[in-house]
Amino acid sequence: MPEKTLTIALSKGRIYQDTLPLLAEAGIEPADDPETSRKLILETNRDDVKLVVIRAADVPTYVQYGAADLGVSGKDVLMEHGGEGIYEPLDLNIARCRLMVAGRPGAHLRPGRLRVATKFVQATRRHFAARGRQVEIIKLYGSMELAPLVGLADCIVDLVDTGNTLRANGLEPLEPIADISSRLVVNKAAMKMKSARIKDLVAQLSAAVERRR
Amino acid sequence: MTDTNRWLLPEGIEEALPPLAERLETLRRELLDLYHAWGYELIIPPLVEYLESLLTGTGHGLDLQTFKLTDQLNGRLMGVRADMTPQAARIDAHCLQREVPTRLCYVGTVLHTRPDGFAGTRSPLQVGAELYGHFGMESDLEILRLMLRTLEVCGVESPLLDLGHVGIFRQLAEDAGLDRQQESDLFDMLQRKAVPEIHACLEALDLPARSRGHLAALAELNGDENTLAQARDRLAGAGAGVFTALEALEEMAARLRAAHPGVALHFDLAELRGYHYHTGLVFAAFLPGNGQEVARGGRYDDIGRVFGRARPATGFSTDLKTLVRLSRCPENPAPAAIFAPADPDPGLEAAVEDLRRRGERVIRGLSGQTGDAAAMGCDRVLVKTDNHWTVVDA
Repeated sequence: MPEKTLTIALSKGRIYQDTLPLLAEAGIEPADDPETSRKLILETNRDDVKLVVIRAADVPTYVQYGAADLGVSGKDVLMEHGGEGIYEPLDLNIARCRLMVAGRPGAHLRPGRLRVATKFVQATRRHFAARGRQVEIIKLYGSMELAPLVGLADCIVDLVDTGNTLRANGLEPLEPIADISSRLVVNKAAMKMKSARIKDLVAQLSAAVERRR
Repeated sequence: MTDTNRWLLPEGIEEALPPLAERLETLRRELLDLYHAWGYELIIPPLVEYLESLLTGTGHGLDLQTFKLTDQLNGRLMGVRADMTPQAARIDAHCLQREVPTRLCYVGTVLHTRPDGFAGTRSPLQVGAELYGHFGMESDLEILRLMLRTLEVCGVESPLLDLGHVGIFRQLAEDAGLDRQQESDLFDMLQRKAVPEIHACLEALDLPARSRGHLAALAELNGDENTLAQARDRLAGAGAGVFTALEALEEMAARLRAAHPGVALHFDLAELRGYHYHTGLVFAAFLPGNGQEVARGGRYDDIGRVFGRARPATGFSTDLKTLVRLSRCPENPAPAAIFAPADPDPGLEAAVEDLRRRGERVIRGLSGQTGDAAAMGCDRVLVKTDNHWTVVDA
């Protein structure tokens, strides 16, 4: 984290695509396209701003330890990370979806200890614990929908956007856990040491988000 | 564990090898000399204590960080210290029981159950100083200045000092009539400056509009010295505690600027580290290029009450290993040493003794050993000329 530059961590795909217009309104445009460039650190039209494009789950870690000053991270990722040591001052209102319990109709009502397959271990444990249910959590890294079909789990906890994948597999959304959108996250030390520039950027992004509501 | 990796240390537990160990020790001595000169008395608290004394009044966080073990003599639970501050408070309140202000300092390894910080260490080398028995600006200022001196001695340059005051949130929570759970939820969101969540949370609570506005403003009240003026404006109408705290911050800022014009100041009224036991001013030092704070402290009055004696208290602590890592001081040059060949001559023995008395480092060769003077890190050797042992360059 050099003193002069602001480093912003983004993840490839939807978050990157949706964040670019917001950054553009704040006067920041990347000079390279991460889909075609092999560079890990992207220059922008501003000398003092750089972008790093990394895996979504790594964004809070980069920001927490100050490898990036700011980042854009889904609330789902932050809930898993715990959000310790980072600030999340702004809801960018992009990449919106819902974190839900899903499964065959009524699957979550079965008595006894439910087996839940998910990538979101912390959020799942907290959700069921708040309802007084102890569940067995099976950590998976993808294709959660498969788990109830092959008898690996009773239900799943996953991000649901349109719900089409669920329905195509005979599953349905059962319980909402949280509304998810992407947050601007800021390293604690950077917020203090580069206070004026970061507050300025937060204000510009905030205005850009407001204009879209 | 297989035979081949039995050298592995537990996660987050590290050792200091040469030359780092020497460097740590040099700094440790310099810091203790510094504290001595400022009138701080050294204490050496025990590595383990019963949990009741180790954790009383310190909050849940420290409990989680503390390794526990059972005392086989009586079945009581003991904890390995995760922070030496409560030990110092116990010593002041119970063991010393002085009427005059008491200044204590300490240095020692503490153990954490979970790694925190960038290096992921679970065994920081904690060094700190505490001042008991005085309530007011002077003691806070003294502790802050001693913290800055500590950073300076360690070669840690251009720190930024972040100042806050837990009295502001306390008063606002009281004004709003928040219950413990609500206060704790809001505290958690403020620590993350999660503005969207704070707004949603405040909307959901049945609060006077003014309180809602005050609590919402808190997350945004951070920045340079204008922050305090903004706070007076945006928190207008709040209870007196808010303004007492703001006055304290203003006065502290003025005094620090006069005493340490080179130190950058930052204010953050929502920074509540150690909220559960801090009672007044809180502060931390940050460094350019380092994502986390390097030293912290604040006022924690009355923590000694549980040991029979409530006393005003303020102090700071830091991790010596972190400071060494961030130090801009040049590494100690390899110490110059003199090689004394393996020779039973009594004259040689006398020469070696004489050199050592004069502060030279003399390494005795061992008969049949591998490696010459240079390989042993010596820049000079003792040679015998005309029945006299003299030092010549290697």
